[in-house]
Amino acid sequence: MKDVFPLSELKKGSFARVYKINTCGAMRRRLIDIGLIKDTKVECIGKSAAGDPRAYLIRGAVIALRDEDSKNILVY
Amino acid sequence: MGLTNSSIGLNALDSELVIKKKSESDKIVALAGNPNVGKSTVFNSLTGMHQHTGNWPGKTVANAQGYYETKKESYVLVDIPGTYSLSPNSPEEEVARNFICFSKPDAVVVVCDATSLERNLNLVLQTLEISEKVVVCVNLIDEAKRKGIHIDAKLLSERLGVRVVKTVAQKKKSLKELTDAIDETVNSGGEKFVLHCEKELDEAIEEIEKKIKPYLKGKIDARWLALRLLTEDISIKEETDKLLGKEFLGNEEINNFVRKKIKELKEKGFDKEKINDTVSNARIKKAEEICQGVIRYEKKHYNSFDRKMDRILTSKWTGYPLMLLMLAFIFYLTIVGANYPSEWLFGALFSFEDVLLKVFNYFNAPPWITSLFVSGMYRVTAWVVSVMLPPMAIFFPLFTLLEDSGILPRIAYNLDRPFKCCKSCGKQALTMCMGFGCNAAGVIGARIIDSPRERMLAILTNNFVPCNGRFPTIISLITMFFVAKGGGILSALLLTFVVLMGIGMTFLSTKLLSSTVLKGYPSSFALELPSYRKPQIGSVIVRSIFDRTLFVLGRAISVAAPAGIIIWIMANAHIGGETLLNIVSAFLEPFASLIGLDGVILMAFILGFPANEIVVPIIMMAYMQTGTLSDSQSIWEMKNIFIQNGWTICTAVCTILFSLMHWPCSTTLLTIKKETGSLGWTALGFLVPTVFGVVCCALVNLVYHIII
Repeated sequence: MKDVFPLSELKKGSFARVYKINTCGAMRRRLIDIGLIKDTKVECIGKSAAGDPRAYLIRGAVIALRDEDSKNILVY
Repeated sequence: MGLTNSSIGLNALDSELVIKKKSESDKIVALAGNPNVGKSTVFNSLTGMHQHTGNWPGKTVANAQGYYETKKESYVLVDIPGTYSLSPNSPEEEVARNFICFSKPDAVVVVCDATSLERNLNLVLQTLEISEKVVVCVNLIDEAKRKGIHIDAKLLSERLGVRVVKTVAQKKKSLKELTDAIDETVNSGGEKFVLHCEKELDEAIEEIEKKIKPYLKGKIDARWLALRLLTEDISIKEETDKLLGKEFLGNEEINNFVRKKIKELKEKGFDKEKINDTVSNARIKKAEEICQGVIRYEKKHYNSFDRKMDRILTSKWTGYPLMLLMLAFIFYLTIVGANYPSEWLFGALFSFEDVLLKVFNYFNAPPWITSLFVSGMYRVTAWVVSVMLPPMAIFFPLFTLLEDSGILPRIAYNLDRPFKCCKSCGKQALTMCMGFGCNAAGVIGARIIDSPRERMLAILTNNFVPCNGRFPTIISLITMFFVAKGGGILSALLLTFVVLMGIGMTFLSTKLLSSTVLKGYPSSFALELPSYRKPQIGSVIVRSIFDRTLFVLGRAISVAAPAGIIIWIMANAHIGGETLLNIVSAFLEPFASLIGLDGVILMAFILGFPANEIVVPIIMMAYMQTGTLSDSQSIWEMKNIFIQNGWTICTAVCTILFSLMHWPCSTTLLTIKKETGSLGWTALGFLVPTVFGVVCCALVNLVYHIII
């Protein structure tokens, strides 16, 4: 069994792969549109001056996500 | 969320696009692409146009059309808003989708970012599912090269079955290949792409496809529509009705068939969400597969420069101070740089006045005509030009630099948290930044915000950042009353302070609005942080001078000239021995003195409704009482005139505050009306800043009188 945890807990500079996206509606579609599906590699590359949102490298593009959204994305 | 587009009145967007062909044989080419891929640069280079002024920082928010010709064909090029996919998440994306899917352009150019091609291919594949007349334009190839990313266009073209060209949109030469490809594609397209996913789903789609095909007469791609029907996508209803007539979606035979298929799929575990997911996943996997061998990375850490910049600009310790420093530095350059040209313009324009006087005298014009046009109209206009033009000509290019270099999205990123506390989002910071240029632009720019509630917040509070028309007023008052001669740095710091107050008020009013009339929770937030780019200095200057400076200046002048005439008439027309000017300002006096102003100042703000630039000139003219501006224009003499008319430090502070917070100018209000489609929200847009201004000024006035 793989170790599954929310994306919001991913340490800066390390990467993980998407296990499951637990949001629905517009946000889910938005995430899929930018290429976030099962097994996609995601790297946390930093956080904003206020600590939240964080920036993630997804398929060559940098996307900022709030912790409250990224905690619904499970990664391994 | 409780609030929908219709409950909040955000339906007024141009949901439809009217194409204006120059001649019947013109071919229509749509320019699509993800946000931030340099689509507008491609558009401008091809059409030789500078995007019309509706488009300000960051994003194409309105549809632009332009024309270009090759040896073979003539084209209407339509720039549609940036979108990540063809299943729309916002009204703008719906416009993009509708245009590509329903209006059958002769060709679609999908502009891609070479540095994140794989992600961009998602949109390419979606477009290819609908149309075979597609050209893939891999843009920003120079940037990719710098990062050691290599793209094999030939292989990509083979795999996609359509023409692929690599471009550097700023370099016109590199676009030759693109125009050639478009020439060929409009006449003979490539291949459509058929997406295959799980077997059960594929079969259902194919069956519906077969069923509906006879009804479509080739107007819409059958497979695409089949999938929309299967996922009960209601957003296509209007356009489908328009294209095929209401009979199609009202056809019970088809509907029953589709319902049966939906039920069958549900039994196999494919509900709506699962179908959408399956299809999207299959497409993304396909994009991944296509990219194998097409993209080659030379360096492992190809993004290291971006990461270093991010570490400085978004770190806990340096992020906010650096943003402030940048703001202050831009103001400093604007203030110091504007001084000399301003003086020079004063001199030049006022010596031209003598020439004008001679011309009027030569034609024996009656003295009142001479006075009306020369001392009234010409002087106010000259004043506005010499005060406005230099700061604008410096501020706009500096601002465009920020925008082109990719720093603005970082500001939104840093400010998301504070805005979230006000139940809004960081994108509001972007519209706020646009407001520095022009509030009307900021209001239009609010279209980049997906949630209707948050968009409304951004629209209603945009006026709290001073636009370029208000900067000169605030700068000159700061310099006159708070800075000893020549204090450029101090002026800049004070101006920064004033602006920060405006930003503070933005937060406060956002918070107030979102806990009263616009209740709701902050929506989710996904913001792309594009790579830092080296701005093209030449194009920055051209763009900001021609598209923005001259446009704004033109508007100011067209208001200043009639205002000059009105003021002259008011100062020279007598009723019962009093000038009209005195009567009006005496009428306004009681209220004005309550908020630390005087009747004349308040009148100037009212007359400045069409353009805030003319506020100070009107105050000056009114004080001179002859109804004309004196030609001794040094800022220190102006200060003396103000003091002779009873100005104190308190008057100056209140005038600055009122300039920062009062009703939006007429253009901005009209834009609010257009964007919200509702008089009620427009009225609120008028009231919010006005009430804030009146309360703040009254408080300052009260405190001042208690202390003194």
